[in-house]
Amino acid sequence: MQKGHKATTELETTRAGRQPSPAEQRWEKEVLKPALEKSRERHEVFTTLSDVPVERLYTPADLAGFDYARELGDPGEYPYTRGIHQTMYRGKTWTMRQFSGFGAPEDTNQRLRYLLEQGQTGLSIAFDLPTLMGYDSDHALAEGEVGKCGVAVSSLADMETLLAGLPLEEITTSMTINSPAAIIWAMYLVVAEKNGADWKKISGTIQNDILKEYIAQKEYIYPPAPSLRLVVDSIVFAIRQAPRWNPISISGYHIREAGSTAVQELAFTLRDGIEYVEWVARTGMKVDEFAPRLSFFFNAHNDLFEEIAKYRAARKIWARVMRERFGAQDPRSWLCRFHTQTAGCSLTAQQPYNNVVRTTIQALAAVLGGTQSLHTNSLDEAWALPTQEAVTLALRTQQVLAHESGATSTADPLGGSYFLEKLTLETERACLEYFDKIDALGGMVAAIEKGFPQKEIHDAAYAYQQEIERKDKIIVGVNDFVTEENRSIPILVIDENVARQQRQNLAELRKQRDHARAQSALEALGSAADTDRNLMPYILECVRAYATLGEMCDVLRRVFGTYQEPAFR
Amino acid sequence: MEWHSEAVVLVPISVFTIHNSQFLMSQRRIRVLVAKPGLDGHDRGAKIVARALRDAGMEVIYTGLRQTPAQIATAALQEDVDAIGVSILSGAHNTILPRICELLRAQGMQDVLVLVGGIIPDEDIPGLKQAGVAEVFQPGASTQDIVNFIRAHVRTVTSDPPWRDE
Repeated sequence: MQKGHKATTELETTRAGRQPSPAEQRWEKEVLKPALEKSRERHEVFTTLSDVPVERLYTPADLAGFDYARELGDPGEYPYTRGIHQTMYRGKTWTMRQFSGFGAPEDTNQRLRYLLEQGQTGLSIAFDLPTLMGYDSDHALAEGEVGKCGVAVSSLADMETLLAGLPLEEITTSMTINSPAAIIWAMYLVVAEKNGADWKKISGTIQNDILKEYIAQKEYIYPPAPSLRLVVDSIVFAIRQAPRWNPISISGYHIREAGSTAVQELAFTLRDGIEYVEWVARTGMKVDEFAPRLSFFFNAHNDLFEEIAKYRAARKIWARVMRERFGAQDPRSWLCRFHTQTAGCSLTAQQPYNNVVRTTIQALAAVLGGTQSLHTNSLDEAWALPTQEAVTLALRTQQVLAHESGATSTADPLGGSYFLEKLTLETERACLEYFDKIDALGGMVAAIEKGFPQKEIHDAAYAYQQEIERKDKIIVGVNDFVTEENRSIPILVIDENVARQQRQNLAELRKQRDHARAQSALEALGSAADTDRNLMPYILECVRAYATLGEMCDVLRRVFGTYQEPAFR
Repeated sequence: MEWHSEAVVLVPISVFTIHNSQFLMSQRRIRVLVAKPGLDGHDRGAKIVARALRDAGMEVIYTGLRQTPAQIATAALQEDVDAIGVSILSGAHNTILPRICELLRAQGMQDVLVLVGGIIPDEDIPGLKQAGVAEVFQPGASTQDIVNFIRAHVRTVTSDPPWRDE
């Protein structure tokens, strides 16, 4: 395996790092200097949102020596900088996939059906915190949390209600679930099986990216090694039994939400990807057997060009990593297929209608960046989960982009922009520097244990907060253009009855099910967890026996232990 | 595990506080517990606030994630804090905050300032204040607002905290 990365380009870095040509020197002296004396620029320094310096002008001189075939390629052609498909959105627009979930399973089922009726083209399910953390709705730690951040799913019965009436063979479903991903996925598979759907035909995604939990989202249960074992088991099972399923969505979204820069988001995500490839390859599977089913998930933040550059660099870097570091030969293994979500952390509680504008710019970045799938946030999400009206407007935003903006008529419409190509190259170079750092630390798991990505993210988040408070960066409505407003917008409130109903349902379920079957399945899971057998079949059997999520997770807690993160210094 | 505070030497001189002042004449630094209760793992804000308070000269202990109200109250007592900053974004605040305040009162710590930051709808603020929360910092609040509030409202810091006489 090749260690050490060199940027593919020998180009000089920024204009600031190279000698201006005689023509440029003359322009600066005769044209620019008098103009600036007459009227100064608004800031001393202009940067992207992530503090990357931006020059006042980019010209062909910034791309001297740029080789189209080496740096870009056509869309659908290695290294895929311009897009993973030849026809991009002329063939098919991105999937419109709104992340949804709240309250009881029937509430979310209603919202999913509503969104399908309004034209969304894929499903995406958000689970509540107890579910995400592997607790049933009636657990002591679930108090106050049931159905608040997503839908409560404690058992196969809940999953059946959640998916009732949905055409699982025709639509793809993404489920944002990590520590208990194998279990939630098993519930989905059993519902599909009961509905007569063929596992070989169903498609969807489970997020199942535990590394970013340690780095950013912090929804871990078990320590890294057993958690990675669960991830690997589910990937291997998918390749063999549900070959159209994407068993992992390697995520940068949450890393960015935790406050990272764009480059950190990109670098930590792709380096996590490298780590997963290494772990799965250790099972003996050939890289071309599983790599085509790895997928990714990025953030779309406010800085339009920085984000587009990030997506283009992502495709280019991943293609090269797969072909050269891992020796993948199937072109499908080289593709960085990704979903994008607009930046939740950019939404303001103040003047919430401004958020519609932010989300639109961010969605445009994702589209111009060639995303395969997109979620747009709702205007009220700095306050609560979206109301029906708010999420409808968010979906319409995508539809207007798709059908009215012209952004879909050609692939990689901004390709060739001196600015964008330069920014893409710089992003790639900076990302590869991070790869070298993390490789030198011993890989991503080692880097996490040393607190490296966590500290990078926290430092970036702190610096950004200080910039906001100094007004070096403006957030409209928050630190400038502030109004005394009557700002009450309707928000979604989750009834405490949801928790009560869930508790009742669980009590009923425990009475009705075949207790012996559930017990025996749970014991078998516990024994298997202590070996290196693939746990998916054991989890499936527990699910079929109506063992609950909490019961299964508790068995694994006993075998694997639980994780405490290192102290924050 | 938490940050280790510097050793503090208590000097028995009388202290007076200037209410609403930018500074507190005291022989010990303001001690703040930053707490993450419930299942919520979003700690970006909590860590930023912890660092900002430390940069403002306070001693800060961060509880880490997924603390129960009982663990938070115990930590507050053990660390002998003057203020507790609770960070919660998961919507569980109406359950968790009153519980924390109740436990603090049971420990005789009702004069400890309780602040909360995160996703708290306007309509929940009166209920929280009634339960004992001193201030709610919603999205868009600055770290300086929080520092100023603590300095202005923290109880008199002397060498003999009142409950120690009981």
